[in-house]
Amino acid sequence: MNKVVANADDAIRDVFDGATIMIGGFGLCGIPENLIRALVRRGTKNLHTISNNVGVDGLGNGLLLAAGQIVHHIGSYVGENKLLEEMVLKGTIKLDLTPQGTFSERIRAGGAGIPAFYTPTGVGTSVAEGKETREFDGRTYVMERGLTADFAFVKAWKGDRQGNLIYRKTARNFNPMMATAAKITIAEVEHLVEPGELDPDQIHTPSIYVKRIFQGELYERRIERRTVRRADK
Amino acid sequence: MIVTKPPKDLDKRERIVKRIARELRDGFYVNLGIGMPTLIANHVPPGIEVILQSENGMLGIGPYPIEGQEDPDLINAGKETVSEMPGTSFFSSADSFAMIRGGHIDLSVLGAMEVDETGSLANWMIPGKMVKGMGGAMDLVAGARRVVVAMEHTTREGAPKILKNCTLPLTGVHVVETIVTEMAYIRVTREGLVLEEVAPGLTADDVQRATEARLIVSPGLKLMES
Repeated sequence: MNKVVANADDAIRDVFDGATIMIGGFGLCGIPENLIRALVRRGTKNLHTISNNVGVDGLGNGLLLAAGQIVHHIGSYVGENKLLEEMVLKGTIKLDLTPQGTFSERIRAGGAGIPAFYTPTGVGTSVAEGKETREFDGRTYVMERGLTADFAFVKAWKGDRQGNLIYRKTARNFNPMMATAAKITIAEVEHLVEPGELDPDQIHTPSIYVKRIFQGELYERRIERRTVRRADK
Repeated sequence: MIVTKPPKDLDKRERIVKRIARELRDGFYVNLGIGMPTLIANHVPPGIEVILQSENGMLGIGPYPIEGQEDPDLINAGKETVSEMPGTSFFSSADSFAMIRGGHIDLSVLGAMEVDETGSLANWMIPGKMVKGMGGAMDLVAGARRVVVAMEHTTREGAPKILKNCTLPLTGVHVVETIVTEMAYIRVTREGLVLEEVAPGLTADDVQRATEARLIVSPGLKLMES
């Protein structure tokens, strides 16, 4: 078994026009920077992206957006993106907004073989329009569909050659569910190690979900809002 | 007639934030929305311990990091750099919203554009303006055990924000339990909105004049201490 690929370009060699791709990260935290850059280089078009945000202008998924590669996006928050706003108004991109908890559960369900589930989130609001509702124990729930994808691009802190992954702090976010929900999950890690080096009790994503893995480089790890306090406070 | 200078925005916010901080109880797990609600963390009453949840996957949010110790992998739901506390834990977004949707969060504090007399809330979208997305707000109001709205009583133009019926697209239906503004502390009940406290220098009539929905004045109406 050899899941290790040389680099991001090799990892995405079969990403095709019109593919559906899940991309991990919350804002710019925990995003697969190398895979996004490689996808921009590859120039694949008509992508359907599933990611909580669309980066910000010129960063993260914002790079794919600027390159005109995305035709449809599913996410929960897109507030930091002027270009997206223009594209939505012009109708050059289709945007589906879904509540963040519903979004994460749709991906979790998709990866777990569950095609749909009921949630109380959004009942009586526009997100429930046209969807089946059902009452359980006196409360109304709306049916939401599981999500799957052709590819998932995830970013972890450490990974081994078999594809076991460990995330770091809040960079975990949507990465673990996305890793389970695609036909081909590609992981980029900051530290690639040998099997046995990771504590089996601490692994967040077991190797079965990961098809390809490589050590990323040139991480920008950009901070969106740098907030600090003085040392004497 | 008593003429008082209208409070400045900062003073208004401070009053709202301090009043809500008094709702905190020892052992509470609390989610504070982006913006004004975040400031409540600075006013936790002495002697009680609350644990702050961040929906991007963290329990135990600490203060902003000391300059130079910012970590790009350690942010809150507002994408601000934060720090850890003893006992902090990290988890996935699915786990985070299982906590929220599953009723494990004791208190959720959010801002609002409109609230109505049935406790329905609108805070995510204005038709005709660019939609930013609801983020986790719909899950929080549907799942938290208690939802408190922190907002200024009227719009900048002075129009009421506490209405008979919300006019903007809803975030949740019948979800709000308490509304705290710079003017008043109001509880949402089956009978309607009960005015329980008014800010110093104001009467119940003053609050009603700034409110479209009818207020039921509590027989035990109190001064809103901050």
